[in-house]
Amino acid sequence: MTRGARTALFLVAAAVLGPLLWNVFHDIPAFGQIQHLYRDLAVRASLEQSTANVVSSINFDQRALDTLGEESIFVASVTGVMILLRPDSQERRYLPPASGAVLEAVRLVGYLMLPVTLVLGAETVAHGHLTPGGGFQGGVVLATGLHVLYVSGTYQALDRLRPIGSLDIGEAVGAAAFGGMGVAGMAVGGAFLFNLLPKGTLGNLFSAGTVPLLNVAVGFEIGCGMVVLLAQFLAQEITIAKKGRPE
Amino acid sequence: MSVYAYCVAGWVLLIGSFGIVRSRNLIQTVVCFSVAQSGTYLLLLAVGYERGGVPPIFSGPGTPAPKHVVDPVVQAMTLTDIVVSATVTALLLSLAIQIHKRTGTLDPDQLRALKG
Amino acid sequence: MTALVLVSVTLVGIAATIVVLTHRPENQAIMLSVFGLALTVMFEVLQAPDVALSQLGVGAVVVPLMIMLTYRRVRRHAGEAESAASSQSEQPSP
Repeated sequence: MTRGARTALFLVAAAVLGPLLWNVFHDIPAFGQIQHLYRDLAVRASLEQSTANVVSSINFDQRALDTLGEESIFVASVTGVMILLRPDSQERRYLPPASGAVLEAVRLVGYLMLPVTLVLGAETVAHGHLTPGGGFQGGVVLATGLHVLYVSGTYQALDRLRPIGSLDIGEAVGAAAFGGMGVAGMAVGGAFLFNLLPKGTLGNLFSAGTVPLLNVAVGFEIGCGMVVLLAQFLAQEITIAKKGRPE
Repeated sequence: MSVYAYCVAGWVLLIGSFGIVRSRNLIQTVVCFSVAQSGTYLLLLAVGYERGGVPPIFSGPGTPAPKHVVDPVVQAMTLTDIVVSATVTALLLSLAIQIHKRTGTLDPDQLRALKG
Repeated sequence: MTALVLVSVTLVGIAATIVVLTHRPENQAIMLSVFGLALTVMFEVLQAPDVALSQLGVGAVVVPLMIMLTYRRVRRHAGEAESAASSQSEQPSP
């Protein structure tokens, strides 16, 4: 189908879909209205389980099975990327070229910000049940924080601090820990991913039962997985090339 | 005016799909796909919004009354979706790299039938 | 609805349109990063700090980085294939 025909077909479909969407938007509850049934139920359940961050409670306590599915998608996608981007028979890995000079100011800022960012990421993961944050966000902060070393330093420095094999195992350990806690919940409480630890009082660090532990498992998995994912793309650009390339 | 946010969500979805249809490069297709997904996030959060509401966090200073927070269920859905769809985008991009290696082009109009 | 919500939602709509109508992939990657930032601001205004944190890390850093790396990889591969073809055509025919 030519490009023009594709565009014409899309415009016809959009002309049909547009008015349908317009009607639907007038039928659903108005923007900013005060009646939210799910909100009342979810907030009440979260406060009963002594979890201050209701979104974390929903993700890791009330609908934790959903999160197990999401992180399985994550593991599968990272595996798929690793398979698709490995060097094929015509290519091999080279040593990364010596990179140009980095401004001294950039290098200093990088050295200062790297430990700060990693600690911030760990804090976001650990306090996911109290403040906005959690495993998913903290994992992304950890993974991107590590790459400050690449932006303000060299690729060799990043490579030294990034054992891909161990991080791969770490991702699997995080995913397995999530499932393991689910099975433990089944053994204790009779339901998969049952919240089996004592709940504590609202607002303390050790509250909300298994929610902080599941946060740590997911944060570990997402952090390791994202570093592995970005490593595949960086390797494609920097170190993998056809055999016989002049050095 | 109360449907303005929903209409912008629908617009973002449609303009993302338009970008997919008109793309000349598989990488542009992936970018426009990502834009279209963001339209659904906007729609979800707009459904859960309450005028004058506060975030659904019950710790620290200024703990709100339980009836006054915005809907946390749609936020939970959107949150995991954002991170996971980034990895699916990564999978699509690696497919694009492989397609370029095999066929030498990223133009959707030149990638015709499946070759055995 | 308040002016802040109105402005942030409009900015998201405008940024989405600009991302789609940009032509070259490297420009699109940068515009996607700006779009991610506009989405983060809008999520904050709609009282969703968790979602804003997630979108900031992913949509403003990870996805544009991957798109830029993919584009550069594809361009380098195209350059290598071109130079290989031209060096082959320069060889004397047997």
